[in-house]
Amino acid sequence: MSIAATQNRGFGATLWDYLTTVDHKKIGNMYIAAGAFFFLIGGLEALIIRIQLIKPENDFITAGLYNEMITMHGTTMIFFAATPILIGFMNAIMPLQIGARDVAFPFLNALGFWLFLFGGILLNLSWIFGGAPDAGWTSYAPLSLQSPGHGVDFYVMGLQLSGAGTLMGGINFIVTIVTMRAPGMTYMRMPLFSWTTFVTSILILFAFPALTVGLFLLMFDRMFGSAFFDVALGGNAIIWQHLFWIFGHPEVYILILPAFGIFSEIIPAFSKKRLFGYTSMVFATFLIAFLGFMVWAHHMFTVGLGPVANAIFAVATMAIAVPTGIKIFNWLATMWGGSITINSAMLWALAFIPSFTIGGMTGVMLGAASADYQYHDTYFVVAHFHYVIVGGVVFGIFAATHYWYPKLFGRILNEGMGKLAFWLFFIGFHLTFFIQHFLGLMGMPRRYWVFLEGQGLDTGNLISTLGAFLMGLGTIVVLINVIYTAVKGEKAPADPWDARTLEWSIPSPPPEYNFKKLPLVRGLDPLWIEKTEGKGKMTAAEPAVDIHMPNGSIFPFIMTIGFFIASLGFIFQVDNHLWLLAVYFGMALALGTMLARSLKDDHGHHIHKEELEREAD
Amino acid sequence: MNNDNMNIDKINSFQKQQNKEEMKKQIITFVLMIAFTVVAFAVVASGLEAIYAVPLILILAVVQVGFQFYYFMHMKDEGHEVPSSLIFGGIWVAVLTILTMTTIIWW
Ligand code: HEM
Ligand SMILES: [Cu+2]
Repeated sequence: MSIAATQNRGFGATLWDYLTTVDHKKIGNMYIAAGAFFFLIGGLEALIIRIQLIKPENDFITAGLYNEMITMHGTTMIFFAATPILIGFMNAIMPLQIGARDVAFPFLNALGFWLFLFGGILLNLSWIFGGAPDAGWTSYAPLSLQSPGHGVDFYVMGLQLSGAGTLMGGINFIVTIVTMRAPGMTYMRMPLFSWTTFVTSILILFAFPALTVGLFLLMFDRMFGSAFFDVALGGNAIIWQHLFWIFGHPEVYILILPAFGIFSEIIPAFSKKRLFGYTSMVFATFLIAFLGFMVWAHHMFTVGLGPVANAIFAVATMAIAVPTGIKIFNWLATMWGGSITINSAMLWALAFIPSFTIGGMTGVMLGAASADYQYHDTYFVVAHFHYVIVGGVVFGIFAATHYWYPKLFGRILNEGMGKLAFWLFFIGFHLTFFIQHFLGLMGMPRRYWVFLEGQGLDTGNLISTLGAFLMGLGTIVVLINVIYTAVKGEKAPADPWDARTLEWSIPSPPPEYNFKKLPLVRGLDPLWIEKTEGKGKMTAAEPAVDIHMPNGSIFPFIMTIGFFIASLGFIFQVDNHLWLLAVYFGMALALGTMLARSLKDDHGHHIHKEELEREAD
Repeated sequence: MNNDNMNIDKINSFQKQQNKEEMKKQIITFVLMIAFTVVAFAVVASGLEAIYAVPLILILAVVQVGFQFYYFMHMKDEGHEVPSSLIFGGIWVAVLTILTMTTIIWW
């Protein structure tokens, strides 16, 4: 397909193109766009929560609706905003960084995206079908078993769908990195973002099955009368907590490791220096992932596991601070003596370091099991995880947006608006969450619908709400920036930042096959090596050849629709057995599509080298 | 393995020797695995007390899985480092989980 043909096409053709695409860059962009949409919804829910808490004994929303808000806010932000936006960046950027033309399983990649999207849609449909889930994003049994209506059922099915999608994404990235690196791209020459993508994918592979199992058990308990978590019938409610946190703690590292990777790209690029301690960075990433699986019970210190279990998990938890500290010092050392450019991307990176460190320090405080009896389920915990997730992950997402936007969309985001958004958001963030540490220490419980006057909580909550509005403003400025850039933004060259890694050696946005000729990688920061010691651009590792590309397919979309219909059937068959028909129909559609896909031979197509030569770049 | 479609004449004697060795190993492991299965059934049939029978069968099972991975699925050959480290990682996580669950929930 030539570049001219992709322009000026009708809306229908473009829509069809996106519905059937298996191009990792388009899928990545769709992940980012859909994740951004859910981020706005989750943000709106957050503002509603904060308005309710702006003053004592407020009655802005009812207690029931409040529970739905906090549940949907947490679930949406973790599963449908932060995770997919990061997966979007991994999808769009990682293959470019390792010099690959595609991912290993393009079809699976598309399926993963659609499952995530429809999982998110399913979850949010609960708002119009009789009430959203209200048992918290952790959905602890027995609360989640007793929650009336279908809210928690939507939670179960929505997460099950999107979880399957995420698992596919993880497997796909692992195989891509193991098998598709360009000639010369050894493991120890991979950029840190590709490394963290790899390790994150391993975490996904091992952590998500625990969630899948937990959700299945909850599904059987709620819809088919089993009693895994029902103490009255001999079940055990604590098992849910274990399963959830065996998944849940690695999940927080699934979120933060890619952000670490993002900063490890941005800081060297804008310090004009090689990443300090590259090997130790890789090592620390693995160590964090390894330890991340041995600490889940720190979320359950107050459950009554006993002093021995608590002590073991407390020590393991605090140990994570060591590799994290290694990373912090490496970033600082990278900047030391560098020639630093401070633009929007770099501002987010600079702000990340102290903000995230505060979150890490409160984490170690929480990790002290005996002290956690005091902090647990107070606003202190709320402050902790927002410092790590917003100060770490969300800052990372904003930084990545500024840094890679030119590569993804061929235009540079406006710097003025970028800086304005940063300052609004940064100040708003600290206003909102710093004070929450003290609210928590004063005894304000987490998930609190109203607080009373005269308990010293008024001012803190007011400040917190004002800060939240500043963050909202900052987000709106980012949105305006994106729209403005789409209309009048400055066109981006291939390498707008004078950066170091392979993705900057190809046009912005890259052609569908990424690399006309696979590059020969001569070391860490391959483009930089060529700039300083070579011809200034990558040497090809192969002569011009025909490029093999996968064909697009509508099957992933149809399969997803099948699973979506079946999920609705599962939810409503509790009320009326006729809904089982939807289960059968949906499953038949999904499985039938799988069968069709397996029986149909599809060898993809080639882009011929003559055609490549005609497409002058 | 990868010489299926090579011309028989072209396989040099070294390759031939290698293949013979490989075949011998495959057959030995195959026989061993059948033997293990027979032993497992025999243990149950003999009416050995559960406290001895269960660990014995579990050990046999673990060894069989090892044979399966290393010989039949070629994990012993070169170029399988990443899959094997992933498998061991997974086993590690699973063992850890089961261990913790059994000690702190059900003990
Ligand atoms: C030095 C590293 C860290 C330590 C020692 C640590 C420790 C802890 C502990 C002990 C808790 C439980 C507190 C309680 O409920 O009483 C907790 C909660 C939490 N942490 Fe961390 N943490 C660390 C890093 C992170 C990171 C990097 C993230 C995410 C990116 C994160 C996200 C969370 C979340 C979401 C919760 C709340 C879960 C909930 O109950 O809903 N933490 N942390
Ligand atoms: Cu944790």
